[in-house]
Amino acid sequence: MRVHSRLLLWSSGLFAALVCTILVSARIGPVSIDTWTVVRATINTLAYPSGVSLESTRAGVLGHGLDLPVPDLAYTQPFSLSVDSSDQVIVQQLRLPRILLGAIVGFALATAGAVMQGFFRNPMADPSIIGVSSGAAVGAVAVIAFPIAMPFGLQTAAFVGSLIAAFGVYLIATEGGRTPVATLLLAGIAIQTFLGAVISYMLLYTGDNLEEAILWLMGHLRWSSWGDVEATLPLTVIVFVVLLAYARDLNVMLLGEEDAQTLGIDVEWTKRILLAGASIITAAGVAVAGIIGFVGLIVPHIMRLLVGPDHRILIPTSALAGATFLVAADTLARAGPAEVPVGIVTAAVGAPFFLFLLRKREVHAL
Amino acid sequence: MSGDPHPVRDGTTVTVENLSQSYGDVSVLDGVDLTVEPGEFVALVGPNGAGKTTLLRSINGVLDPDGGTVALDGTPVEELSSKAVSRQVATVPQDSHVGFSFTTEQIVEMGRTPHQSRLDWGTDSEPIERALERTETAQFRDRAVDDLSGGERQRVLLARALAQEPSVLVLDEPTASLDINHQIRVLGLVAGLVSEGNTAIAAIHDLDLAARFCDRLLLLSDGHIRARGSPESVLTDDALATAFGTTTAVTRNPATGTPTVAAFDERPSVGGRVHVVGGGVPGQRALRTLWQAGFDLSAGPLPAGDRAAELAAALECPTVTAPPFEPVDEDLRAEATAFAREADVIVVTDGPGGEALPETIDHSASIRAAFGGQSGVARQRVAALGDGGGRPPAGGAGIDRTVTSAETLLAAVRNCLDSG
Repeated sequence: MRVHSRLLLWSSGLFAALVCTILVSARIGPVSIDTWTVVRATINTLAYPSGVSLESTRAGVLGHGLDLPVPDLAYTQPFSLSVDSSDQVIVQQLRLPRILLGAIVGFALATAGAVMQGFFRNPMADPSIIGVSSGAAVGAVAVIAFPIAMPFGLQTAAFVGSLIAAFGVYLIATEGGRTPVATLLLAGIAIQTFLGAVISYMLLYTGDNLEEAILWLMGHLRWSSWGDVEATLPLTVIVFVVLLAYARDLNVMLLGEEDAQTLGIDVEWTKRILLAGASIITAAGVAVAGIIGFVGLIVPHIMRLLVGPDHRILIPTSALAGATFLVAADTLARAGPAEVPVGIVTAAVGAPFFLFLLRKREVHAL
Repeated sequence: MSGDPHPVRDGTTVTVENLSQSYGDVSVLDGVDLTVEPGEFVALVGPNGAGKTTLLRSINGVLDPDGGTVALDGTPVEELSSKAVSRQVATVPQDSHVGFSFTTEQIVEMGRTPHQSRLDWGTDSEPIERALERTETAQFRDRAVDDLSGGERQRVLLARALAQEPSVLVLDEPTASLDINHQIRVLGLVAGLVSEGNTAIAAIHDLDLAARFCDRLLLLSDGHIRARGSPESVLTDDALATAFGTTTAVTRNPATGTPTVAAFDERPSVGGRVHVVGGGVPGQRALRTLWQAGFDLSAGPLPAGDRAAELAAALECPTVTAPPFEPVDEDLRAEATAFAREADVIVVTDGPGGEALPETIDHSASIRAAFGGQSGVARQRVAALGDGGGRPPAGGAGIDRTVTSAETLLAAVRNCLDSG
């Protein structure tokens, strides 16, 4: 039961930190709102799904208009505490979706980072290592550069692009049913380099949309909506649960594949699950927020120093810490006189902190 | 490392039939057959690259056979899931670098993986505690395994295997990084598990340890089984010379009573026959020195069962042994004298058993070797040799006839041979 109690302790602490960070973040902006108003407005925002209806959405596919039925959830908000209506709108429609999306993306990237570092037995691995981010960038930049030719929305293109890239790397590295980790790493690097060339080439043709493309590549949460939250949250939660179910297998995999097999792990199957899970959860985050670096690298690393290498504890705590970190970083990003992409903040804050740990000899062993 | 008994369960029979394995074009195992029953501890011995590890990796299911089958109680390992195999077979690898600092307890806990469902995060503390206890690893349960010494880590890996509660133990060089104390404790622990009905197969480099702890030995070289059976029947000079390509001497360890093997470099062949008289430590030392230098040897009379007699037998040189602690009878004395006359040089040591010979010998080239610090005794014997009707030693020809070290013994023998 030691695992359970340690997990409970760390998770509740980090969850409390996340809630506090969210509340503080929701206060901050061009209009300052006091904490209790934020709390009341947040409670008012709470909603549960109360019905499903099918709505026709007109979608353009390759120049043809199609009516597609899309399920639409109806929500009921059980609370109506008294809050000034403009404050309610600011908190509910502007700040909370962005903050929650930041939390989900941070949660997803840190989860993927923890899994990838364990998978590659290398603490310098991050979610982008097998080409997921580059694939997403190709999809996103293609939509920005050639809006007419692309039948999808930017986020769909990014999501699909990242999965194609990850799957391609996996196929290249797999021979005879086995996927050696070292081959996967090298194939990932090669594909990333190649996709980098594709992205640069497409950037030449973005014209007036260059700024949008650059902004996306830097990673930002600027135009977040409740729709993004609805699209990202379920996928993130489902994949997170699957990955958590494989946390103990991942622990055993750290002993090396041969030892893992003699301890009853189906090594190749486990590798596929871990790779697919980490790729999907990264793709979900990157598709809505662009390429936000460093969260998936540094957050699991720091959490490993705090909670140790057991992935049953490391994955959930990294996820919660990643959520907290990205919300805080995005708050900094939008708090200044001019908003900057949050990817700049995460790198600018994360790298010095990492170097600090390195100098303190906290980060030494691989 | 004994403690409370391991729960007795039905053992598992490991059957290997006509097993072939190759890495690419290189054949590593070729037509290997082996059956290990519950309650048997089999050691795989043989030179580096003989295929020992490959055989172990075929038994624990890491490698699928290229040809032939490996079966657990009749079920081919290939057809079992890795989880099903790992419930029966536990492997102690040579060494594991873990990375990320798991503690000893966490590593041992991983041994429970085959018995737990994916979402069962509880700890079966009882088998884990027992494994920590039996391997004496409990005292560093909270230390990171990567901070442990090689020997400590090896025991942690054994503890992990015990936590698996297997019926078959596969061990790859389990004692390679252990001190002598832990070598025998670890192998004693495995032998104990075997006597409780488990099956154990271990690759062991140390032939003496293999002979001491294992019921059967399997001598592998070049992917073939060269010999199998009891340690006494496998550890013979011929079999070892074929397998290892070196010269060995098999004797019996006086403390354990089991065979002990010494290996030698390629032995030069220098010609010249030397007869050694007198046993004990000095006799053994003279025999060893002269044999390594490449001389043909004969010896005797030596007291039967004496260490020099054991060595002479292991080196397969013509030897006369006599019952110890009594006068050497005439027949034996005559036999020894005959050997001595055929020799080019006689070395009389100050060990026991040699006093019978000098009176009968007539030989020009004799050397007294006083290794034991009892040069007085040796001197008396050589003096007796000189007085006993033979010609006196030709000591004037610059040959030092009284030697006290291996180097001077060799120099004296070579001098004698050179001067005819």
